[in-house]
Amino acid sequence: MSTSPAPLLTVRDLRVVIGDSHILHGVDLDVAARGTTALLGRNGAGKTTTVRGILGLVPRTGSVLLSGEETVRLATHSLVRRGIGYAPEDRGVFATLTVAENLRLAERPGAGQPAYDLVHGLFPELRQRARQAAGTLSGGQQQMVAIARTLLNGNRLIIADEPTKGLAPKVVTEVAQVLERAAEAVPVLLVEQNLAVVRRLARHCVVLADGRTAHRGPAAELLADAGAAHRLLGVGRAGHDGAGPSPAGASARPAAHPATRTEEAEV
Amino acid sequence: MSTVVLLTLTGLGLGALYFLVASGLSLIFGLMDVLNFAHGALMSIGAYGTWWAASGHLPGAGPGGAAFALAVVFGTAVGTVAAVLLELAVIRPLYARPREQILATVGVGLAVPALLSAIWGADARPFPGPAALSGTAGLLGAEVPFNRLVLIAAALVVLAALRLFLSRTRHGLVVRAGVEDRAMVTALGIDVRKAFTLVFAIGGAAAALGGAIGGLYFGSVDPEQGTSLLIFAFVVVVMGGMGSLAGAALASVAVGLVQQFANYYTTAGLGDLAVVVLLAALLLVRPRGLTGRLA
Repeated sequence: MSTSPAPLLTVRDLRVVIGDSHILHGVDLDVAARGTTALLGRNGAGKTTTVRGILGLVPRTGSVLLSGEETVRLATHSLVRRGIGYAPEDRGVFATLTVAENLRLAERPGAGQPAYDLVHGLFPELRQRARQAAGTLSGGQQQMVAIARTLLNGNRLIIADEPTKGLAPKVVTEVAQVLERAAEAVPVLLVEQNLAVVRRLARHCVVLADGRTAHRGPAAELLADAGAAHRLLGVGRAGHDGAGPSPAGASARPAAHPATRTEEAEV
Repeated sequence: MSTVVLLTLTGLGLGALYFLVASGLSLIFGLMDVLNFAHGALMSIGAYGTWWAASGHLPGAGPGGAAFALAVVFGTAVGTVAAVLLELAVIRPLYARPREQILATVGVGLAVPALLSAIWGADARPFPGPAALSGTAGLLGAEVPFNRLVLIAAALVVLAALRLFLSRTRHGLVVRAGVEDRAMVTALGIDVRKAFTLVFAIGGAAAALGGAIGGLYFGSVDPEQGTSLLIFAFVVVVMGGMGSLAGAALASVAVGLVQQFANYYTTAGLGDLAVVVLLAALLLVRPRGLTGRLA
C-alpha cells in the first residue's frame, strides 16, 4: 500500500471577516506536494479571499501550515519569503514600472541567483520588452510578467489566481502550457474558472461555496460527474435539472445560474 | 526688468523651500497614505538644530563657512532622526488607522512648536549665517540675495538626488512600486515597513534641510515657521499629484512664483489668496493634479 506524500500547504478553519462582512466561515484545504490543486467555486464563493487569507493580505484566523510550519501569525512578506510565488487575480503588475523593474522587484536578495534563463526561455517576449512600461502591455503580456515573477525564485509553491481570466484563447493555451510545465517542478494552487484549464492541469480540487469548503477530491472525478459539477460549480446541463449525468467535457457550458462564470473553453 | 528678475528668483527661492518640505510629504502620502501634519515640525526642528549649532553650542560649528555647513548637516541630521522616531513611535503603531494617525500627527505638529517655545521662547531668533551669503549677486540688472540662490541650488540637488535614488536603487524601486500597490509589494516578499521608515527619513531630511537653509531666507527662526509653511506644502502636494516628485517640483515653482508676483503687483497678502485660487482653478481643470495622481 502506497501513502501519498504529506500536503505542502494545509489550511484549516480559515476565517476572514472584513468590516461587517463575514466572508470565509471556515475553509479547509490541502495543496498536494506535487502537481496542481485547483480551487474552484462559483463567483463570490470566497476563492480569492481564501488565497489572500492564506497569504495574510486580509486579516484571518485559523491555521495555515506550510510544510508543517504554522504561518498564520507571519506577516505576508515573511511568509512569501519562505518560498511562495503569487500571481494575483488582477495580475498585480506595477504599471509605471518597466517589465525589467517588475521582475527585479521579485528578486529576493540572499536567496540565490534569480532564474532569468528559465523566465526568458518561457517568455522570450519579456526580454524584448524589458524597457517597456508594464502598464502598456497587453493583458496576456501582463499575465506573463505576473507568472514570470513567481518562477524567478525557486519557490516551493506557486499560487495563481485566475491566470487565464480575460485572455484570448491562444494566450490561455500558452498560460496553461507554462503552468503545466511549472507544476512539474513546483506545486501549484490554481484558482480557475476555465474548466478546460482545470481539466488539463489539476490533479486535485477543492470547491468552495458560501465561504466554506463544499468538496475536496480528485479534479477529474468531479469534472466527470456532471451532476456534482452542476451542483457545485453551476456548469453543464443548462436548462436541465442538473441531477442526471451528462457527457463530461463536451457539454460543459455556463449554466443558467446568474452568479456563475465558470466556463469551459478550448485549451 | 530687474524687478521681474528679482521677483522670479525670489519666487523660485520660496518655491525651492516649498519643494524641500513637499517632496517628502508627497512621497509619504503616496507610499503610506499618511497625511503627515507633523512635517512642518520636522522643518522647525531642522531650523532650530542648525540655529543652535551655528550659535556656538556645537563644537566645530558656527555662523561662517565650513562651520555653518557643519551646523546645517547637524540640523538636517536632527530632523532626520526626529522623522525616523516619529515613524517608528507614532505612525507605525497606528498603521491602518488613518483617523488616529492624522490626529497623532496633528498633535505632534502642535506639540513641537510648543516645546520649542518652552525651551527658547516664542519670539523669533536672529539666524546666524555666513557673511558671504548675506550679500547679493547682480543678475540681469537685479540685485538678488544669495540666500535665494542657495535655496534653489539646494532644492535642485535634493530633486536630482531623489530622482537618482528612486530610479537607480532597489529601495527606490520598492518605493515607486509601493506608491502604486503597497499590498503587492509585500506579496513579493518585501518588507514594505522598511521603505516606510526610509521614506520618512528622506522626507524628514529634506524638510529639515529646508528649515536649515530657510533660516537664511527668513533671517530668523521661530517656533511656528514650519507649521505656517506646511499649508503651502500641502497645496503643492495636491497640485502636483500625490506621490509625484516631478509634480511637486512643478507645483512648488508655480506656487512660489504666483505668491511673489501677486504680493508685489496687487496688495501684500493677496499672494496667499492667489495660491488658493490657483489650486482651485487647477483642480477644476485637472482634478488629479498636474501629474494625474490622486493617490
